[in-house]
Amino acid sequence: MIEVTNLTKRYGPTLAVDALSFDVRPGAVTGFLGPNGSGKSTTMRLILGLDRPDAGQARIGGRRFRELRWPLREAGSLLEARAFHPGRSARAHLGALAASNAIPRRRVDEVLGLTGLAGAARRRAGTFSLGMGQRLGLAAALLGDPPVLLLDEPVNGLDPAGIRWLRDLLRSLAAEGRTVLVSSHLISEIALLAEHLVVIGQGRLLADTTVAQMSARAPSLEDAFLELTS
Amino acid sequence: MTAVTSRVPAGRYRFRHAAKMEWIKLRSLRSTWWTLVITAAGAIGIGVAVGTNTVNRHEDLTNNALAGIVPSLLLIGVLGALAMTSEYSSGMIRSTLAAVPRRPLLLSAKAAVFGVVALAVGEAASFIAFFAGGAALRHGIPAPALTQPGVLRAVLLSGVSFGLIGLIGLGLGAIVRHSGAAIAVVVGGVYVLPTIAGSFSHGLGVYMPIIIIGNSLTATIPETCPAHAATCPHFLSAWAGLGLLGLYAAVALAAGGWLFARRDA
Repeated sequence: MIEVTNLTKRYGPTLAVDALSFDVRPGAVTGFLGPNGSGKSTTMRLILGLDRPDAGQARIGGRRFRELRWPLREAGSLLEARAFHPGRSARAHLGALAASNAIPRRRVDEVLGLTGLAGAARRRAGTFSLGMGQRLGLAAALLGDPPVLLLDEPVNGLDPAGIRWLRDLLRSLAAEGRTVLVSSHLISEIALLAEHLVVIGQGRLLADTTVAQMSARAPSLEDAFLELTS
Repeated sequence: MTAVTSRVPAGRYRFRHAAKMEWIKLRSLRSTWWTLVITAAGAIGIGVAVGTNTVNRHEDLTNNALAGIVPSLLLIGVLGALAMTSEYSSGMIRSTLAAVPRRPLLLSAKAAVFGVVALAVGEAASFIAFFAGGAALRHGIPAPALTQPGVLRAVLLSGVSFGLIGLIGLGLGAIVRHSGAAIAVVVGGVYVLPTIAGSFSHGLGVYMPIIIIGNSLTATIPETCPAHAATCPHFLSAWAGLGLLGLYAAVALAAGGWLFARRDA
């Protein structure tokens, strides 16, 4: 469960996130939609405690991110840009993260296998393609087998087989009772992946609904989205 | 839902978990090892060169053997700064804070791990430089011995200065965050500024990190002024110098930690 309450963030004169409130419930994939610059990534950063909100708060399982007891085991995250040192191998990167949350070493090999990186585990991550870098980010998010996942544009750089794999994985994780929040600017991808939808524009909540209800408002989900955000 | 969350073990992550992560991060970069090897080799090589060229047996031969400490400290200071700034340049900071979001705890773990590694390399380099520099002496000059007054202290404190300069670099890296700017601040603040300050006023110069290390920590008897001298550097005692250098490291880390805890990452 992710609870966002009155979340507000200003960068200089720009109001990036404006009194945003929504809940992300377990048991379903929730799509997080909005036009470019609508505040999706900022909201994710605020939930993850990377940026400090000017007002409001975000809680994961009832706690602020900074107060989590085993952060990687309670919430896995993937943000848009790369989040690893290019000189370190995938295995060392994940091994360091695992050590910080007392996650057994064998889990590192598990997620390397799960994300298709077992053969590249000892290569320096700086040599990875965009898709492999994305897989390494996903491996880190899944490392702690967390009940909550926050993924910002996770299909970026994945090939069609990778996108299918990720979609099936996220749906099955949600079916196990986990909370899965996925942002994307690809409406078609969200239509295939998500059941719930949170739509924002200019930092404000535009809709907190289901894919089915949203699609019913217009000829297609894309039409409904464009109507809502125009 | 309960089935999913119940797998989280009791307790919470602590300093030792964060320190283990930082140790794996530090040791898994080849650049760490190269920099440390070059640092130690520089300190030893300069000590040997100075020893070979020493002709006056009444000089502070320990201080001569440790002449390579100050130049090679530059690399430790830069490595300390990069330990922090490379987190930002690579984006690693997002992974780090996703695992250990308590930032003061994270910075203390980073400082402890890097400080201990820098100290260990510094002590090894100092002792090897001392013995190699002594062995390189010619003209029948006897090598200094650790049992002579102030010698063991000078060698030990040379090693400690690696740890402290490394921590000053780490603190400055946390303050500045950008790699290029942080390296400029470390080189400028620790090396260039003291040279300028020292050339204007000896009184100010003796409080500068490299002067403290070169003339107080690595010396068996810090030079003091004769009573009749009009202007002359009155160097700090080894222990006063150590205290002041420790204070600089503490201030750099405290300021870096304060900013790290408050700024957006």
